[in-house]
Amino acid sequence: MSVFEGFRFRHVSSPIHNRDPRIKFVFVIALFVVAILFTEFIPLLVLFFLPLPFVWVAGVRRQWLRSLRGALFLAMFIFVFNFVFGYLYKSYPSTSSLLEYSLAMFLRFLVLVESFSVFFLTTSPDHLSLALEQTRVPYEFTFAFTTAVRFVPVLAEEAQTIMDAQKARGLELERGNFLKRVRNYIPILIPLIVSAIRRSLELAEAMESRAWGVTPKRTNLYVLKIKLGDVVLLALSIVLLVVGIYVRYFVPIPQLSTFLPPLPF
Amino acid sequence: MALIEVKDVFFTYQAGVEALKGVSLQIRDGEFVAIMGQNGAGKTTLVKNFNGLLKPTKGEVLVDGVSTRDVSVAKLARTVGFVFQNPDHQLFSETVEEEIAFALRNFGFEASAIEKRVTWAVNLLDLVDYRKTSPFMLSGGERKRVALASVLAWDPKVVILDEPTIGQDYRQKENLRQFIVQLNEQGKTVVVVTHDVEFVAECNPRVILMKEGKILADGKAKQILTNTSLALDASIVPPQISQIFQGLSFLGFPSDVIDVSEAKNLLVDRLRELRS
Repeated sequence: MSVFEGFRFRHVSSPIHNRDPRIKFVFVIALFVVAILFTEFIPLLVLFFLPLPFVWVAGVRRQWLRSLRGALFLAMFIFVFNFVFGYLYKSYPSTSSLLEYSLAMFLRFLVLVESFSVFFLTTSPDHLSLALEQTRVPYEFTFAFTTAVRFVPVLAEEAQTIMDAQKARGLELERGNFLKRVRNYIPILIPLIVSAIRRSLELAEAMESRAWGVTPKRTNLYVLKIKLGDVVLLALSIVLLVVGIYVRYFVPIPQLSTFLPPLPF
Repeated sequence: MALIEVKDVFFTYQAGVEALKGVSLQIRDGEFVAIMGQNGAGKTTLVKNFNGLLKPTKGEVLVDGVSTRDVSVAKLARTVGFVFQNPDHQLFSETVEEEIAFALRNFGFEASAIEKRVTWAVNLLDLVDYRKTSPFMLSGGERKRVALASVLAWDPKVVILDEPTIGQDYRQKENLRQFIVQLNEQGKTVVVVTHDVEFVAECNPRVILMKEGKILADGKAKQILTNTSLALDASIVPPQISQIFQGLSFLGFPSDVIDVSEAKNLLVDRLRELRS
């Protein structure tokens, strides 16, 4: 669950928190696209360190590290898979270049997680829905989205209670082989899903009894405006994208192994 | 020997809330205990320490002489059955009998024993007609009974009921009360966590009053529920019978009456005296 910990927003004010969520999203997407463009280790290493100043300025280092730690397991998985299958199918000229490629894939996953983590850590759900609304997304979708985000901690708590209730009836989650362990989660998932559906029906009734959707045109107390900082961030995103594409197509990317002594095997 | 022994237990949740601040108590075999107190007093946290769902941050809980730290929840659950507040947090099977058999399978009972115990449990809680029904099709009170049956089926020494009376109508509550009293008379240790003063007054158990993670008082229901200042301190109100008798104390009535039939007898005796 610690991956999700890195996506939970806390209310603070910082130059990063105060940026327009739309522009922040553009930045994250730019980072995302550039990360997808490369499969080499060195540019991905640069991309990995790129969001660090943002994390620093926003003061969300602890949560950000926690989300990275949570993603580490999956990243290791990606590394091992790439390495093992690359080795079996001999798709690389040497072990060192295969190792570098696997490491690059490992890093690419971390870059994707960290960029989204920074976005969600520094953007309040209210801001996010405001941004969606102002980009003319229908209010029904915006509302559904914010409600989903808002109910994640509630569901997590409920899952914990259900786990306790089933453990008290002798259920041992960690027992048995892989298949048995997956099956162990059925007594947890069914009550969780049933109660989530019940809750959503109740929520719908509560919304309707409070006249949800009566006025077709909604107004907002706060309106998002593009400020100087946002323009700077937008410019930065464009530069990142342009440089990324340029390097990808016109600059030969050095291999790490050209700088290091060859591996002994 | 005490069946459950709590030795100076402290418990702090991961979020940093200290819910128990030095609780010590003993529950003997066959006792009937009600744990009462305001919201957030630490009642549920305390009973979750009884079956190892929570392990004390400091101090120790012994169940049948074994520290809860040394055994798994599944092991402890064999001795300490826990009925959760909301039955919807545990029901998941296709039929009521499957639901009751779930725990029995977990504890490794044999097929013939499972069949016998399921039949016993559905009879006990008047669920025979629903054996093949999905628990999700039942009413709230019936679901609660299924949850209770699914715990009683493995015959744990101790049964813990967390807020058993919430959302139940008077008749269901009365049935439940009689059922619990009967269980206790047959020798089962019963622990009830509740806010319901009237319910406790009619059961007349040992009452443990909690406030802010500590035990405020521990004694017979008669003494504790009629102590107005103590009750107010724990945010509960003395039962109505007790309020009447405290108001009548100037006529020489005892002020520690909580039981309706005892109250009736006292009043009838007085009226007879006056008439003669």
